[in-house]
Amino acid sequence: MEEVLQYIVNGLLIGGVYALIALGIVLVYKSTSVFNFAIGQMMMFGAFFLWMCVERFGLPIWAGILLALIGTLIVGLLMERFALRPLIGQPLLSAVLVTLALVYFLNGVAMGIWGAYPQALPEFLPGAPVSVGGVVFAHDLLWSFFLAMTVFVLLLLFYQRTRVGLAMRATAESHDVAQARGINVRTIFSVSWALCGLIAAVGGMLLAYRLGVSQFLSLVGLKAFPVVLLGGLDSVAGALVGGLIVGLVENLAGGLIAPWMMEITPYIILLLVLVFRPEGLFGLKRIERI
Amino acid sequence: MRPCGTYDESYAEDMAIVRTRLQWIILVVGLVLLFSLPLFVGGRWLNLLNLIGISLIAVHGLNILTGYCGQMSLGQAAFMAVGAYTSGLLTAKLGFSFWAALPCAALSAGIVGLIFGLPSLRVKGFYLAMATLAAQFIIPSLISNPLEGITGGIHSLIVPAPRVGDIACKSAQSMFYIVIPMAVLMTFFAKNLVRTGVGRAFIAIRDNDLAAEVQGVNVFRYKLLAFFICSVYAGVAGCLWAHWMRAINPSHFTLMDSIWYAGMMIVGGMGSTAGAVFGVAFLRILDESTKVFVMWLTAIFPVWGSFLQAALGPIVYGLVIILFIVLEPRGLAHRWEMFKASYRLRPFAY
Repeated sequence: MEEVLQYIVNGLLIGGVYALIALGIVLVYKSTSVFNFAIGQMMMFGAFFLWMCVERFGLPIWAGILLALIGTLIVGLLMERFALRPLIGQPLLSAVLVTLALVYFLNGVAMGIWGAYPQALPEFLPGAPVSVGGVVFAHDLLWSFFLAMTVFVLLLLFYQRTRVGLAMRATAESHDVAQARGINVRTIFSVSWALCGLIAAVGGMLLAYRLGVSQFLSLVGLKAFPVVLLGGLDSVAGALVGGLIVGLVENLAGGLIAPWMMEITPYIILLLVLVFRPEGLFGLKRIERI
Repeated sequence: MRPCGTYDESYAEDMAIVRTRLQWIILVVGLVLLFSLPLFVGGRWLNLLNLIGISLIAVHGLNILTGYCGQMSLGQAAFMAVGAYTSGLLTAKLGFSFWAALPCAALSAGIVGLIFGLPSLRVKGFYLAMATLAAQFIIPSLISNPLEGITGGIHSLIVPAPRVGDIACKSAQSMFYIVIPMAVLMTFFAKNLVRTGVGRAFIAIRDNDLAAEVQGVNVFRYKLLAFFICSVYAGVAGCLWAHWMRAINPSHFTLMDSIWYAGMMIVGGMGSTAGAVFGVAFLRILDESTKVFVMWLTAIFPVWGSFLQAALGPIVYGLVIILFIVLEPRGLAHRWEMFKASYRLRPFAY
């Protein structure tokens, strides 16, 4: 019983990280209708920036985190400017394949700059694992969960309360209409990608604390794709709920059935969602009329 | 556009792919040259050609599904894995001959493709790409974990060389004479398939699925058929891959490989059989030359060696695809058509 509780706790906590990454994807998809397959690579960049600032340049940890956030933000802006912006108005497949090609490209760049060996980050998150009645709450997972929730709330406030947020929601509704109302759609695209870079950097640093800095980090980003589809491609709340569900189910399946089930459970969920509820839990259902 | 001075007098002439005597001569001479290549070039080149041939079959399949039917797939490598492991297990464990295992591999990959094509009943476009992405993760994971007992999992499965009569085809030359005729045959099928009613239905679905349905095309049936054909091609490619490498491993069939195949299709030009040939040849040769270039660089700057080897390939490849999508989304095939048109119209502009 305790074992099952532990799986549930771990699942929900790691689900928080998935939700965070998924938020980054949803954010970009909502306003630009591009699915960012390269978010895992952006996470990796965030983690590597932090490692480089702290271990190679000897900067204090807060400066490292700040620089990593800024660095990944710039990576996001560059991706938008040079790869995605020329594709506005092109078919969907082009945008999908460009982000996939970016996966390749960024992997190569990371390999070229930082090499292929895994690196360890210093212990920078305060606190220690908490044990409640035999169930261990890992402190780094608690931190990620807490941060994911914070980002989630901030994002909601941003969407509801700020002018840029309002403009982003308008852009998500329709590019043409937003443009006609005087919103600079290009700026909105840049802002979305920059924000996506920020979120990816946060997720990447948190995961790197747990897993170490390596190319492997980008693979965790792949877990966010089922999360996004389960929650609904354009739903911020969906990303959160989807993340928790996927984390929970994958940990239960991995613990109770077989360890390898952990890898494929998210994708089995993905297939089921596509067959039975393609718009996801909270996604907007599109109706086509002739 | 027609070559100048070609006047068709019958329907058959009008439909012909090879139209003039010169084109026939070029085709025959080209094929003869292709098949006599092993006389002139060494094993390394033949292996590159084998790789091109196998990739070509996989990309033709993807091109039928994506380029003609408009359904995105990110799981071509996974369907290749199904074909590779089917034929590998049949020949290695059950003693089937290569020629009996080949259709079985094609069929099994086709059926698995159908299963993952089922979501196309409800979803399309990007969502469907995600279904094939799921295939890309589920299939290799199943091969390396629950089926480890029979497939060998991450330890490779050893596959015997195909036999023609008493001869075991172990060398690059002998595989060349299996792979390349197969690739030519599959190209022929792909070229002709898209000229039939089925191909026209695919194109109608690609251009506008609602309009196609209103016109009486059974959209779901044809989408599934496209998935089936695509996976059959992948199965054949996988089977050839297994018998060419003679040791297969789930790590030969990753998401990165699927992206490779999609990239070849993009670079060549979607919805063009000739484009598939251009794209595969271009990227495979680019890959090979990058390797040579890296080796040359490593010899000069030994310090960078380990980085360069792993880094330069993905950078070049990613960059080429991005540049093609941004600058020439219709691919090399479109450039080739433009060149042909300007050649035929010379000295006039249009």
